[in-house]
Amino acid sequence: MTTRKLEVIVGAFVAIAIAALLLLALKVANTGVTGSDETYKLLAKFENIGGLKVRSPVKVGGVVVGRVSDIQLDPESFQPIVTLEINASYSNFPETSSLAILTSGLLGEQYIGLQAGFVDETVTILKNGDYVENTKGAIVLEELIGQFLFNRGNS
Amino acid sequence: MVDIQNLTFRRGERVIYDNMSMQFSRGKVTAIMGPSGIGKTTLLRLIGGQLKPDSGSIVFDGANIPTLKRHELYQARKKMSMLFQSGALFTEMSVFDNVAFPIREHTRLPEAIIRMMVLMKLEAVGLRGARDLMPSELSGGMARRAALARAIALDPQLIMYDEPFAGQDPISMGVIVRLIKSLNDALGMTSIVVSHDVTEVMSIADYVYIVAERKVIGHGTPAQLLQHESPLVQQFLQGQADGPVPFHFKAADYAQELMEMKG
Amino acid sequence: MLNKLQQLGAATIGTIQGLGRASLMLFGALWGRPRPVKAWPLYVKQFYVVGVLSLLIILVSGLFIGMVLALQGYTVLAKFGAEQMLGPLVALSLLRELGPVVTALLFAGRAGSALTAEIGLMKATEQLSSMEMMAVDPLRRIIAPRFWAGVICMPLLALIFNAVGILGGHLVGVDWLGVDGGGYWSAMQANVDFYDDIVNGIIKSAVFAFIVTVIALHKGFDAIPTSEGISQATTQTVVTASLAVLGFDFILTAVMFGG
Repeated sequence: MTTRKLEVIVGAFVAIAIAALLLLALKVANTGVTGSDETYKLLAKFENIGGLKVRSPVKVGGVVVGRVSDIQLDPESFQPIVTLEINASYSNFPETSSLAILTSGLLGEQYIGLQAGFVDETVTILKNGDYVENTKGAIVLEELIGQFLFNRGNS
Repeated sequence: MVDIQNLTFRRGERVIYDNMSMQFSRGKVTAIMGPSGIGKTTLLRLIGGQLKPDSGSIVFDGANIPTLKRHELYQARKKMSMLFQSGALFTEMSVFDNVAFPIREHTRLPEAIIRMMVLMKLEAVGLRGARDLMPSELSGGMARRAALARAIALDPQLIMYDEPFAGQDPISMGVIVRLIKSLNDALGMTSIVVSHDVTEVMSIADYVYIVAERKVIGHGTPAQLLQHESPLVQQFLQGQADGPVPFHFKAADYAQELMEMKG
Repeated sequence: MLNKLQQLGAATIGTIQGLGRASLMLFGALWGRPRPVKAWPLYVKQFYVVGVLSLLIILVSGLFIGMVLALQGYTVLAKFGAEQMLGPLVALSLLRELGPVVTALLFAGRAGSALTAEIGLMKATEQLSSMEMMAVDPLRRIIAPRFWAGVICMPLLALIFNAVGILGGHLVGVDWLGVDGGGYWSAMQANVDFYDDIVNGIIKSAVFAFIVTVIALHKGFDAIPTSEGISQATTQTVVTASLAVLGFDFILTAVMFGG
């Protein structure tokens, strides 16, 4: 009888712990979004990816539509190739869309901004495995300052 | 039942027992007496296999305890039982559960039979009415009786009493003397009583060993011992303050030490 | 000089002997025979004593530490205009560091000292000896359930601590200081990785659980069976376990997050 009562209490304790783990996994780490939902892949070459990391978000107008799933270097052109996993519910980006690596705030983390392009009869919709041609790499602060000084020297 | 031959036991540098031999015969109450601090409890722990002697053999029911493997030792221990000086009842269980503990641990009997066995044992020590009390609610004498009920729960062949009379009032002392005697006679157990209460021991023991200075200094039936010629035995039995065991702890010359204080 | 050297030698030998006795105890508890017949209720009881009874202090401390983190973090982050990073700050501090470590320290103080005192007292009152004489192995019956209860419960408590702490951070950061609620969670989700942060935190906690539980059990089992000895052993449990946790925390952090 007492053992049964203890079992119930211990069971409740373990249940609370499991609930805590679920909260951490789903709400805090958000393992669910890219793991279970349907996604498709887009590839893009950049000049420079700056501080972009795997799992960095891909945003359209501030809305997260996917995440960076892989970053590799093209062995021939020595350009980084970034693989994006885009949520399947946003599957109608035209091939004229452009990507840019942006920074959220002055000190914030870097993310990929996707700018949807125009649509007409000659433009196709991006499919799984397609390359996005129009990309703009990360702004590197040192280069920016160098350019600025150079321009001033010229004028 | 228990046969100790040429037992030597050291604790660190100190020799506790030096080449000592004893026999405890089946169905008898054998007492071990001696001054405090000679390791009488140690002897019981040696028989129980909790300590290992440096040399010598301790044969219990045909098995030499010090050489037994771990599970053999646990098998042997099921046939023996020990009543600790403090009683050593499990503080988180009631008296009933304490007595039921060895039965529940070693058998798979249904709860109804366990209840019957426990009540029988408690009846034997006169504590049937106290079965729902916790150990902290018992007086010293009752705790020892409850521990005795637990010790006999599985009807052991050998039961060892560690100072069963120490710190008891005369009434509970009388109760325990009666219990030891009657349990021994009724259940046919072999009993070993370690004590320094001369009168109580002499009244129940069939055979007595007196241990001092690392060995047995005298043994025999109580009647024989009273006639023993050794002055040490006589000093112990009669409780004289000074004798072969000196009143004074070993020290430098008294007068000389007092003089030193002055200077 | 020679005396100091001797002291050092004696201390080293003492430590190694202690480790050896602790290992023997653990070995006997986990693999020794004979096993107790009905072990399940013993385990349930210890899960209750070790885990459930520590829950309240964990809940309260977790909540307050999360709230303080949010409050402190906010004042610093606000200077840089980076209030939206409050979520990751609270979550990462808790998951990687404070959750496992503070849980272990609280656990050592709450459950560890109780385990040491309980076992030390059982030894002093000859309960362990008498159990052994009843052919019941105290390592199996007393030590083993407490060991498993400690090792399993502490990571669970750390998880609860983390969750409550993050909720506490939300309470202060979002409900009181006015950080955007959506930003709190989404910034957290962007910066917290399940394997790198949560799983590593659980691994840390499991290591601490092992250390604290073994120290507590060993100190109790090895205690000098007097009231003085037990109080000494209890103090030692808390001190040794806390220092060991902090030391191992540094090593584990260097291995997990340093590279």
